[in-house]
Amino acid sequence: MHYEDRLVTAFTGAAVAWALLGMLAGVYVAAELVWPTIDFGLPGLSFGRLRTLHTTLVLFGFGVSALIGTAFYSVQRTSHVRLFAPTLGWAIFLAWQLAIVLGGASILAGWNAGKEYAELEWPFDIAIALAWVSFGVVFFGTVATRKVESIYISNWFYGALIIVVAMLHVVNSLELPVSLGKSYSLFAGAQDAVVQWWYGHNAVGFLLTGGFLGMLYYFLPKQAEQPIWSYRLSIVAFWAFVYTYIWAGPHHLHYHAVPEWVQSLGMAMSLILLAPSWATMVNGIMTVSGAAQKLKTDPALKFIVLALAFYGLATFEGPMLAIKSVNVFSHFTEWTIGHVHSGALGWNALITFGTFYFLVPRLAGAPLFSARLANAHFWLALAGVMLYVLSMWGAGISQGVLWLSLDNLGEVRYSFNEVMAAMRPYYLLRFFGGLLFLAGACLMAWNLMRTFAGRSTVLARPPAMAAGVPA
Amino acid sequence: MSWISLHRRLERHTGLLIFGILVVSSIGGMVQLLPVVSEGAHAEPAAGLAPYTALELEGRDIYIRESCSTCHTQQVRPLLGEVRRYGPYSRSEEFVYDRPFLWGSKRTGPDLQRVGGHFSDEWHRLHLTDPRSVVPQSIMPAYPWLATHPADRHGSIQARMRALAKLGHPYTAEDIAGAPAALAGHTELDAVIAYLQSLGRTRTAGEAT
Repeated sequence: MHYEDRLVTAFTGAAVAWALLGMLAGVYVAAELVWPTIDFGLPGLSFGRLRTLHTTLVLFGFGVSALIGTAFYSVQRTSHVRLFAPTLGWAIFLAWQLAIVLGGASILAGWNAGKEYAELEWPFDIAIALAWVSFGVVFFGTVATRKVESIYISNWFYGALIIVVAMLHVVNSLELPVSLGKSYSLFAGAQDAVVQWWYGHNAVGFLLTGGFLGMLYYFLPKQAEQPIWSYRLSIVAFWAFVYTYIWAGPHHLHYHAVPEWVQSLGMAMSLILLAPSWATMVNGIMTVSGAAQKLKTDPALKFIVLALAFYGLATFEGPMLAIKSVNVFSHFTEWTIGHVHSGALGWNALITFGTFYFLVPRLAGAPLFSARLANAHFWLALAGVMLYVLSMWGAGISQGVLWLSLDNLGEVRYSFNEVMAAMRPYYLLRFFGGLLFLAGACLMAWNLMRTFAGRSTVLARPPAMAAGVPA
Repeated sequence: MSWISLHRRLERHTGLLIFGILVVSSIGGMVQLLPVVSEGAHAEPAAGLAPYTALELEGRDIYIRESCSTCHTQQVRPLLGEVRRYGPYSRSEEFVYDRPFLWGSKRTGPDLQRVGGHFSDEWHRLHLTDPRSVVPQSIMPAYPWLATHPADRHGSIQARMRALAKLGHPYTAEDIAGAPAALAGHTELDAVIAYLQSLGRTRTAGEAT
């Protein structure tokens, strides 16, 4: 009985394809902010629809495909057992990819539930919920049938991803359908806002942070060939993370028309969140420090370590932006966009790229086609994300200060249009940053395709069976 | 060492781990959401606030379709710079008929919560069709198709109003019966303009800020 790794290959391929498409949409909308007429008056290329497509493809196409694929790879190996219900696993793969294709098309056609990062309309909400529960069945089924005594820590994080995202998705998607492509939220106004940011912030928390920490906890020690530095620290950090993250959502609603106590509570818990976030970072860095030599030659490990650095940066910046007096300036500005991308490009994309450089040669049973190309990708990615984040910091801080600036008579000093026009150089730099990052991802796609060319997935076996010992 | 051995038990039992994650992760949400959502069930609308008319509702749904809230917020914070620029700060009772809420999270363009009455219908018509004809440095997309689409292309306005009535919006039978006639002859552009002109209508600059 071999591991069901062909499914992992399928998810990896899909993730790479969605990464390229989603980032291309991102680069295009970045260009539209510099050259606003390149939508050619076409609804499907219009900024609002295309930006929504961008976030949907990178979050749910790229991010979730990468998470499910790596979860299936690592849960089999940490459980010493074949994937539970592999047919259901394949059904999840097909359903998820179909949902992204049709969902993406529906956004371009103007179906939109109107809630950020949950724009897909109710038929897709139901499909996503069913696929997600099936993901839980396959994942926890594998964990429950494991041949190893303890559940490895990467599986706690992947497990938290499955459970909490299911809860968030179901509650935030409560809506009354009118027609196939239109529904109204069961919550209205301020209540809807509090529910939405409980969802929005914790989708970041449990998908982009928790899920990818699951990836880190399996692939970092594997690639560094070092055990996790501290088992106790990982226990404390995990439970503190699961408990604290959920409280932080209201920092998206500072000075909004929601109760003051909700905002203050959200701010306090956001600051506390720094502790478990950085505890995990310290654990990761100490794990790598035993393999410093390998860092010079191994492109996969370089990506993972750089991702860890951006994780540390973004999880520090987040609590700072959650302080109300900082938030006064950062809120509604490009600083938010910069913060999201230092996390999404610097942490999520880079750790996924590093993991794929580790994973694909193993799935293919062949060495990476070109380490030089992977190194070129590394520098393109680093240059791209730095250019992106720095330009958005510049733009965001300018907006924050100029918008609120008053003259001696207490009147606003700059018109909105003046400030908006001053953003053009920053938007141009951001466009180039995104372009560099996309160029690097194209190199990776080529490199991984050539690594896999003409091969089929290696059918590895669980250790006990490989040694001929009955399980 | 006792907590470590306690945790060992959790690590060896799949069901216990699932249960633990579920309990620990739901506490924060319950403390923050339950009071706010249950309060919402009997939220009072601001004085004089009526649900959107059929034409305004159509405009609002087009605003959602085009994801306008990606770039335009509808939330004036109680900060001097914002109140001076946009008008009175936002209050929760102004949003009780907003499903979903459209506060947004990013101001690429200006806030729109108090935009109603600031510009003429004709200005909006030019601006939505060709933004740079009235604001030369604008980076807003043009929406030429709004002028060519008739309002309520799918004939769903009554179904939409009935759904909102079910959710507690005080539409009368006459409101719903008269909706198709209210939209007849109008384009999507007219509907969006009617919605934009309705924004901020319950409070004027003269009220307390």
